[in-house]
Amino acid sequence: MKLYCLSGHPTLPCNVLKFKSTTIMLDCGLDMTSTLNFLPLPLVQSPRLSNLPGWSLKDGNAFLDKELKECSGHVFVDSVPEFCLPETELIDLSTVDVILISNYHCMMALPYITEHTGFTGTVYATEPTMQIGRLLMEELVNFIERVPKAQSASLWKNKDIQRLLPSPLKDAVEVSTWRRCYTMQEVNSALSKIQLVGYSQKIELFGAVQVTPLSSGYALGSSNWIIQSHYEKVSYVSGSSLLTTHPQPMDQASLKNSDVLVLTGLTQIPTANPDGMVGEFCSNLALTVRNGGNVLVPCYPSGVIYDLLECLYQYIDSAGLSNIPFYFISPVANSSLEFSQIFAEWLCHNKQSKVYLPEPPFPHAELIQTNKLKHYPSIHGDFSNDFRQPCVVFTGHPSLRFGDVVHFMELWGKSSLNTVIFTEPDFSYLEALAPYQPLAMKCIYCPIDTRLNFIQVSKLLKEVQPLHVVCPEQYTQPPPAQSHRMDLMIDCQPPAMSYRRAEVLALPFKRRYEKIEIMPELADSLVPMEIKPGISLATVSAVLHTKDNKHVLQPPPRPTQPPSSKKRKRVSEDVPDCKVLKPLLSGSIPVEQFVQTLEKHGFSDIKVEDTAKGHIVLLQEAETLIQIEEDSTHIICDNDETLRVRLRDLVLRFLQKF
Amino acid sequence: MPEIRVTPLGAGQDVGRSCILVSISGKNVMLDCGMHMGYNDDRRFPDFSYITQSGRLTDFLDCVIISHFHLDHCGALPYFSEMVGYDGPIYMTHPTQAICPILLEDYRKIAVDKKGEANFFTSQMIKDCMKKVVAVHLHQTVQVDDELEIKAYYAGHVLGAAMFQIKVGSESVVYTGDYNMTPDRHLGAAWIDKCRPNLLITESTYATTIRDSKRCRERDFLKKVHETVERGGKVLIPVFALGRAQELCILLETFWERMNLKVPIYFSTGLTEKANHYYKLFITWTNQKIRKTFVQRNMFEFKHIKAFDRTFADNPGPMVVFATPGMLHAGQSLQIFRKWAGNEKNMVIMPGYCVQGTVGHKILSGQRKLEMEGRQVLEVKMQVEYMSFSAHADAKGIMQLVGQAEPESVLLVHGEAKKMEFLRQKIEQEFRVSCYMPANGETVTLPTSPSIPVGISLGLLKREMVQGLLPEAKKPRLLHGTLVMKDSSFRLVSSEQALKELGLAEHQLRFTCRVHLQDTRKEQETALRVYSHLKSTLKDHCVQHLPDGSVTVESILIQAAAHSEDPGTKVLLVSWTYQDEELGSFLTALLKNGLPQAPS
Repeated sequence: MKLYCLSGHPTLPCNVLKFKSTTIMLDCGLDMTSTLNFLPLPLVQSPRLSNLPGWSLKDGNAFLDKELKECSGHVFVDSVPEFCLPETELIDLSTVDVILISNYHCMMALPYITEHTGFTGTVYATEPTMQIGRLLMEELVNFIERVPKAQSASLWKNKDIQRLLPSPLKDAVEVSTWRRCYTMQEVNSALSKIQLVGYSQKIELFGAVQVTPLSSGYALGSSNWIIQSHYEKVSYVSGSSLLTTHPQPMDQASLKNSDVLVLTGLTQIPTANPDGMVGEFCSNLALTVRNGGNVLVPCYPSGVIYDLLECLYQYIDSAGLSNIPFYFISPVANSSLEFSQIFAEWLCHNKQSKVYLPEPPFPHAELIQTNKLKHYPSIHGDFSNDFRQPCVVFTGHPSLRFGDVVHFMELWGKSSLNTVIFTEPDFSYLEALAPYQPLAMKCIYCPIDTRLNFIQVSKLLKEVQPLHVVCPEQYTQPPPAQSHRMDLMIDCQPPAMSYRRAEVLALPFKRRYEKIEIMPELADSLVPMEIKPGISLATVSAVLHTKDNKHVLQPPPRPTQPPSSKKRKRVSEDVPDCKVLKPLLSGSIPVEQFVQTLEKHGFSDIKVEDTAKGHIVLLQEAETLIQIEEDSTHIICDNDETLRVRLRDLVLRFLQKF
Repeated sequence: MPEIRVTPLGAGQDVGRSCILVSISGKNVMLDCGMHMGYNDDRRFPDFSYITQSGRLTDFLDCVIISHFHLDHCGALPYFSEMVGYDGPIYMTHPTQAICPILLEDYRKIAVDKKGEANFFTSQMIKDCMKKVVAVHLHQTVQVDDELEIKAYYAGHVLGAAMFQIKVGSESVVYTGDYNMTPDRHLGAAWIDKCRPNLLITESTYATTIRDSKRCRERDFLKKVHETVERGGKVLIPVFALGRAQELCILLETFWERMNLKVPIYFSTGLTEKANHYYKLFITWTNQKIRKTFVQRNMFEFKHIKAFDRTFADNPGPMVVFATPGMLHAGQSLQIFRKWAGNEKNMVIMPGYCVQGTVGHKILSGQRKLEMEGRQVLEVKMQVEYMSFSAHADAKGIMQLVGQAEPESVLLVHGEAKKMEFLRQKIEQEFRVSCYMPANGETVTLPTSPSIPVGISLGLLKREMVQGLLPEAKKPRLLHGTLVMKDSSFRLVSSEQALKELGLAEHQLRFTCRVHLQDTRKEQETALRVYSHLKSTLKDHCVQHLPDGSVTVESILIQAAAHSEDPGTKVLLVSWTYQDEELGSFLTALLKNGLPQAPS
């Protein structure tokens, strides 16, 4: 059993597990931090961004000035933004049988895999994962296609040139795998390969392996996966949360008794407490608005935004913000808000019971009804008419490189009355802000990452006790910026096996058994005998049938009547099948009783001699000699089959067959 | 002998109060707990004394499963759990869990407040009963205990309706509840995988009907409604708040939009408005088309259909009114009916089945003079139409489901005996499986022969599988091993391993036979002759001539020796172990016949 590690990003994993005869891809996350190296895509012509000076080498060579631009003291690639794909060369991806998706953030590379590698398998995901994943992809495609950019830079990626570039471009990794965004057509085709599954549904793969999604508590429809056969169990834990937010709580009990637990998707901000961050978010927001400023919240269109809206719902009246408009701008804003209300079965108990009243599970329905929250597909159209300041705007993309957020950064960046509040933990906020410097607006960093922290992990591991833990290498040492914090790493026994991008791990499995079914007719014919107290044995001779990786033992066929052919049979037809083996024997032969038995059966003239290891029984008349030792018996006789068979059967009386 | 036993307490050769007991590998499950619409006495609820005479319900039953929210499937639940007494788990889907208590409360109100029945379950009992409910997702495998597991499949029929698979080890039963094999305006079609249960328990309401296409019935319905309002008449459609009502609303709504009609459509308030809300929140349970477009337009937000006020009934001019309840036995639908019945321009459309004794049943059977309370006689001049919109599988659909699930046997419930008999024969003919149709209280027993799962050591299995790949593996080969039974674990291992595990030594039994041959040549030459003879005779075996002069056939050793007395005779010593018994015995017989003359 092997694990092929195709992604180096711990929260955007992509691993391939070879388990028994199946090849299973676990998630296909897309690393979008690569876009931070690109210039923002402005929705509205921006004089600042369109008149940037080209970058030239120290020696004045300016052959890269079309591709690279200097902006706010940094160098950026002036091109359609590109994403860092998982490794596609480590393993032939056309051999992947199934892809298991754990949550909607971890499926963003799906179209690259399903559409361009010869993949012919099935993708399994829950309905919310699929629907919200579709929204995320739709938004991404929309953001990028809305601002067509003729240029696709590639010169700078040349290894010899990249060396000469300033940081962070110089240090960008895997640039050769960077690709432009997919199209909506590819998204639709990729999503059509998804088969929807429910929590605790047992899905059989080729009869060899069973996979089961379990609630992971992190997002709507997010799941961990159990991959198991009858005797082996791998748990894949990816993006789990023990906090009470909107999703169904995490199912921990089902992870018990794992041979291997693959652990990915822990919190990216292990030192921040999500509850505290939400409080800070609200107070900063209120402060800014009260002073007449605007608040910008770069965010994804689903996920934490539901929790933020719920907090604001409880908070705005008491904070005197009732008259402040809240705008949610995204091409999928409406869909996201609507979808969130129909997945009651995937929500925490509190929200679920609301549906029984029947009321919408999320209070943002009321915010919309009372016109406190308004949503728009983009800044163009209706929004420009309704736009009132001061206001709060939720919009994407959190990288600040594309989407409507770029416009608001340009619009509000120059005033110190305004505030941008970062809540999404996926991008370094300083890097995100780099092309907008110098900024007058306030920047608040309140990352809200509800995924497991290291304390919760160690509790979880104590609880479910896997034999082995496998995790990205980042989790086996403290974060580089906090190298003294030995508590910010996974601590377990035996130590976790770690992986990095493009590595292949051999999983420590000792497969020893496989399930086989004994047909009732055969079972009836078995004769168990008790060998020791509580232990019985039965010898089995049966025909093995294997179909679809399922093994069945059937009773041996009845000996067929030899065909009464008139032809003289050839000798070779009579040759017994040497593969029909007799059972093994065990026990020992008590000489005295054996001799008595021989006498009883008409043998006379029996002589017994002692030897070093046992006895020799001589049947002088028959010129036969039987050597009896503790664990062997040797019958030496003339070629008299009748005699031999008689002696054999008498010996067998004293032995047990296996 | 392991067996599956099924006893209907209700719905055995009958429609109403579905309640079926199933025993499977020692686990007892109750499927549905319904009431009978046609009775007001003891026969209304299933006869639970069948179970209680031998003890408490909770001790006997491992779980209760409710297929959907119709009262003939869940109406007896509070009586069963709170008045008879059951504290075990009750499983149903989320929408059923949401809607079921509302219908139960509605039913209770009619029974207690309107009819004044005593000794009926209370509101509190409904609440307490619902606390015992565990909601299940579609396709989720719910582990009731270590051995018993259940799984829900989509059934169509009404919002949240499910079929259930009940499984213990390798034994399984599928119960369909009520289902619909063709998608309608708001729900999808029932679906199940090829799960090959030992028994499929299916409803058979439309056992003999092959219904005309749904489109025709819809067109008919719209035409009648349209014609009536065109001539200024009023249309009354008595419905139950949930289910058909939504389907008909969608139908009228789209028709009104297409035809640009202005005639008002009303929905009697209360439950129905709430009901539409359930449909909006549980939209993932509706059909694909509605699910796909719900963001742009939620089909359950009706533009043309408005809430009804009782004063509207006296308004002049045409209108369409949906009013509850569906059988005209009480409430608003009956009130409106009384107001409108006298005018021949008006029309009442009954879209579902009516139980005997109700006004609905009377007018459908042609009665035009109805005796109301206070000896009043109501003359019915309005037109009376019946349109079947109930979402049950027809004969074709039932056959289709049997084909999908591939059961070993079938059991029919929820239908009329005569029609069942017809379907039973058809199923037995077409699928060659036995089909049962027990009456209430009658038990069907099916013997089963489960195979026994054991663990086989991978070494033994692989050895066998490798040999299975060899070309001569055409003929069935025998696998030899030892089944080790310790506590409840069963493992099949090679005999060597079994001996080793038990700390037993192998006892080797060896035979050496002396075969005398007339041969004057040297021993080495004799051995060579034996070798070439065996080599040519035993083509399928490995025959070797070893450097020390001995010959082996597989693991059997043959040595040639001089005779101590007779130089013209050579002695062949053939030696084999008990495991090679057959071959050894064959070889001695073969050699006894002598060697062919060497070509000199």
